[in-house]
Amino acid sequence: MSNADISIALNNIALQYPLAAAPILEAFSMDITANQWTCLLGRSGSGKTTLLRYLAGLLDDKINCQGELNISDGQPLAGRIAYMAQQDLLLPWLSVGNNVCLSYRLSGESVTPAVLQKARRLLRQVGLSDQFDALPQTLSGGMRQRVALARTLMQDKPLVLMDEPFSALDAVTRHKLQTLAFELLKNKTVVLITHDPQEAVRLADSLYILKGNPAKAESIALPKGPPLRALSPENAQVQQQIFKVLEVDYD
Amino acid sequence: MIDLTQLTPMISAVKNQRSASRLIMRLCITLAVLLALWQSLIIIFDLPSFILPTPLAVMTKLVQRYEILLYHSWITSQEIVLGIVLGLSLGMMFALQMLLFKPVKRWLLPVLIASQAVPVFAIAPVLMLWLDYGIASKVAMAAIIIFFPVTTCCYDGLRNTPKGFLDLAQTMQASRWQRLKHIQLPAALPALASGIRVAVVIAPIGAVAGEWVGSSAGLGYLMLQTNARMMIDEMFAALLVLSLLSVALYFITDYLLKKLIPWDL
Repeated sequence: MSNADISIALNNIALQYPLAAAPILEAFSMDITANQWTCLLGRSGSGKTTLLRYLAGLLDDKINCQGELNISDGQPLAGRIAYMAQQDLLLPWLSVGNNVCLSYRLSGESVTPAVLQKARRLLRQVGLSDQFDALPQTLSGGMRQRVALARTLMQDKPLVLMDEPFSALDAVTRHKLQTLAFELLKNKTVVLITHDPQEAVRLADSLYILKGNPAKAESIALPKGPPLRALSPENAQVQQQIFKVLEVDYD
Repeated sequence: MIDLTQLTPMISAVKNQRSASRLIMRLCITLAVLLALWQSLIIIFDLPSFILPTPLAVMTKLVQRYEILLYHSWITSQEIVLGIVLGLSLGMMFALQMLLFKPVKRWLLPVLIASQAVPVFAIAPVLMLWLDYGIASKVAMAAIIIFFPVTTCCYDGLRNTPKGFLDLAQTMQASRWQRLKHIQLPAALPALASGIRVAVVIAPIGAVAGEWVGSSAGLGYLMLQTNARMMIDEMFAALLVLSLLSVALYFITDYLLKKLIPWDL
């Protein structure tokens, strides 16, 4: 399985449950560029989570999928993604260190000293080096999500799918974690779902709003300059524009 | 500056000690009140000793006949513990089969419900017939009586794994076996623990009921014999031992389960 950089083009994707009256997505197209952060915004129920689950291969078998999913190297995505959800999904019966190594256990690989060494290094990178043996229950929400980030990094997959991973955190923790995630996931292709325009403008290399019903991806022009954009009049304007687009959909 | 985090273990140790001493105090008070009620019942209604013996008479029997009581307690304890082990293993096996093989579930579920619908007391004579008057038939009784709660709790626990955990396992390409071993089984343990708590409370009922139907040893047997010979104080002593046995079993199990399965989902 190749671990090279992946870019993805979604072409005319349609997703529909067999008995549902309307499709969730129809004639949906968008591009996910390699080694960049693609952010998806949209009201709840717009289908953004379904889209992410589609990419992650998590939709159940009953759903009808049509359209083309073009992956740059022509290989399937399965086995090349890491998934980060809104909940940290840390297993309460495993220590922090073992949670970070979870992908090894689940794929039946042995957790060698080298693997543990790597886990310790990653935990140090997320600032939790002294929590290796702690149980997740003893950590705060922000710390738990940092462990989840370390677990994601441990998987070392080229495509990282994130479903509002920062949304349950307080503002300052969220800001710090965004910075940390951005720095640590630099050479990955990241798809981030969020409902926070500020987060999207701060992190995105390219930004889409899912709009209408069934949703279409509308690309939003971003301010100049690389991500981790600071708050500036120009960025605030883009945020304002996003709010306008979203508000139409909420009515 | 003092590092407050270093104080936390000390504080919690002090708290534990205090809560332990409070627990003992509560137990003592409850016991004293119960004994007082017991004694006052006898005085108020002028009950003869063959209806309700005094606490003192029962305690005296407890001391005088402790060897007999110990022997029968040992038999009953064996029946209860073996019954729990057998019922638990069967229940967990059943639950696993139902989870793993969908058609099996369709066939096993009616059996499971039937096992609960037929009163255990009604099949006790049959068990005596098949398994003899020894310990085996009582073990079977205890196992059958706990089988249903254990199986349903275990199955519910296995079925209700948080969806996020399963999603994560799938994106990590876990095989069915890895998923079961690392996600579903540990996630089912808290539910299984509640099943075990119920089991240790009702298993003694099965064992003693078995002894009543037919046996030559055990606390249930002793109670029947002493009752028939109007040795009511000794019957109460046996009853007291049986109650203490059940309570101790529950608290020990509860303590162990809390230690071994400290998480909640």
